[in-house]
Amino acid sequence: MKKYIDSGKKDTRSGFGAGLTELGKTNPNVVALCADLIGSLKMQDFKENHPERFFQTGVAEANMMGIAAGMTIGGKIPFTGTFANFSTGRVYDQIRQSIAYSGKNVKICASHAGLTLGEDGATHQILEDIGLMKMLPGMTVINTCDYNQTKAATIAIAYHQGPVYLRFGRPKVANFTDENQTFEIGKAFQLQEGNDVTIVATGHLVWESLQAAEALHKKGFSADVINIHTIKPLDAEAIIESVSKTGCIVTAEEHNFWGGLGESVSRILANKRPTPQEFVATQDTFGESGTPEKLMEKYGLNAETILKATLKVITRK
Amino acid sequence: MADINFLNELVIQVRRDILRQVHNVNSGHPGGSLGCTEFFVALYQVLMHRKDSFSLDGIDEDIFFLSNGHISPVFYSVLSRSGYFPIEELKTFRLINSRLQGHPTTHEGLPGVRIASGSLGQGISVSIGAAQTKKLNNDPYLIYTLCGDGELQEGQNWEAIMYAAGNKIDNLIVSVDLNGQQIDGSTNSVLPMGNLRSKFEAFGWDVIDIEEGNNLEAIIKGMKLAKEKTGKGKPICVLLHTVMGHGVDFMMHTHAWHGIAPNDEQLEIALAQNPETLGDY
Repeated sequence: MKKYIDSGKKDTRSGFGAGLTELGKTNPNVVALCADLIGSLKMQDFKENHPERFFQTGVAEANMMGIAAGMTIGGKIPFTGTFANFSTGRVYDQIRQSIAYSGKNVKICASHAGLTLGEDGATHQILEDIGLMKMLPGMTVINTCDYNQTKAATIAIAYHQGPVYLRFGRPKVANFTDENQTFEIGKAFQLQEGNDVTIVATGHLVWESLQAAEALHKKGFSADVINIHTIKPLDAEAIIESVSKTGCIVTAEEHNFWGGLGESVSRILANKRPTPQEFVATQDTFGESGTPEKLMEKYGLNAETILKATLKVITRK
Repeated sequence: MADINFLNELVIQVRRDILRQVHNVNSGHPGGSLGCTEFFVALYQVLMHRKDSFSLDGIDEDIFFLSNGHISPVFYSVLSRSGYFPIEELKTFRLINSRLQGHPTTHEGLPGVRIASGSLGQGISVSIGAAQTKKLNNDPYLIYTLCGDGELQEGQNWEAIMYAAGNKIDNLIVSVDLNGQQIDGSTNSVLPMGNLRSKFEAFGWDVIDIEEGNNLEAIIKGMKLAKEKTGKGKPICVLLHTVMGHGVDFMMHTHAWHGIAPNDEQLEIALAQNPETLGDY
């Protein structure tokens, strides 16, 4: 098994901030907008270094999305920053009409996604955003797993023409992917190779999947562990190739099972290669207040539940 | 400036285009379109600095955004008669495989359209974004926007109106089609909006009234005044007092023709009131 080392826990939102800082230096067309959450989104550096390219919209996300759409006319590449909840559901129609249908080159950058937002509770813990965004024709949907990947993705999406939803989070989590990685939109990232089961994970559950694969190894099974950072377009080829070898699959995500990564994977498999699948995801529920760890435990989103799901799906082959 | 006789002829021809487009597919929005005909003709023929060929980015030229996208018949007619696409294409309005969708969109690549609109309340925000990009690009030209009065019931407008003043977006002229009508009745009966001048002023905008919003010369004069007021630290609002359905007697002063097409007989009467000038498509 490959060994992955946590170089020190960091929040993925700081990876976004670092990527944006880098873009500020290297891409003069990048502009940033924020709806009163500069600190939370780690946009302070960009604001200080490029005040002329930074736009504070106040607590008015609908207006922010419209402004971002308009800014593309004349060649700017707007990055909007707010919580995932306010980046999607609150402004769905603005994104749908002014950005997606209009084909505008806006990068919707969304922090504090999922349960790991923690104590603020269900009003802020969106578990439906991947579904909302992947439903929009032409929208690229990315959910990154650690600081380094988030930084690389932030830079990469500036060079992709078209609307992008970039989802990341609040808690400090293991930082284990390569600092100097090249982020390729739509390309699965194979972390472990095995024969008995495929684990496909996105976001914070990628690290948990690696832990699950290690535990599985101790029980005498080997797992393909694939990081799907790009949920749309989905790397169907990598998934089909893996299940052709393993014959079963577990998907893992910090999102409702309706509309999430697991659903996208099951569609591909139903079409191309029907395969037993278990879904590690929230079970059509809202979240609640609590620490990120306690929430992930209560709602079954950790290495332990991934391990259980793999053992179960292996028996279904 | 184009000859006033030509402009008057164009206004009548555009009215014919509007009526014939909606009649052909028995759908669409004639009332607001007819009411804004003079405004569109003045904007595209006299007021805006436009390049001959269309580019989505609109660099070094004035840009127009239509926020109340349902008045697409007047927009399409004036765009085509201003050279953006063949006039014959008006025949395809709302038909399958057309670039002339029910509401304007960039999706089918129709020259002259830079954003989709239809779901109301989004145009001022988009216009602000384009205005800020013009400033970043040191592009001295202006953003013109039209929205409906009923449309101002959408809350996003007021987010945008607050932002535009707070950020001194002074290369933006937003005109409000003040016809006092919306789908369910008069704006006063549906949701009274009070004094719009006071509201815009309270938000920090410079406001101009064009009392005769169906009089070409009054529009040109008022909009030139609006243009003179740009670049002075405030966004500009033009309250354009129009009559919904203007130019067709039985469609005027009522919300009834907001989204209904005339039948054959009604079309004949309406066209007789607007005899052909520059040639039908």
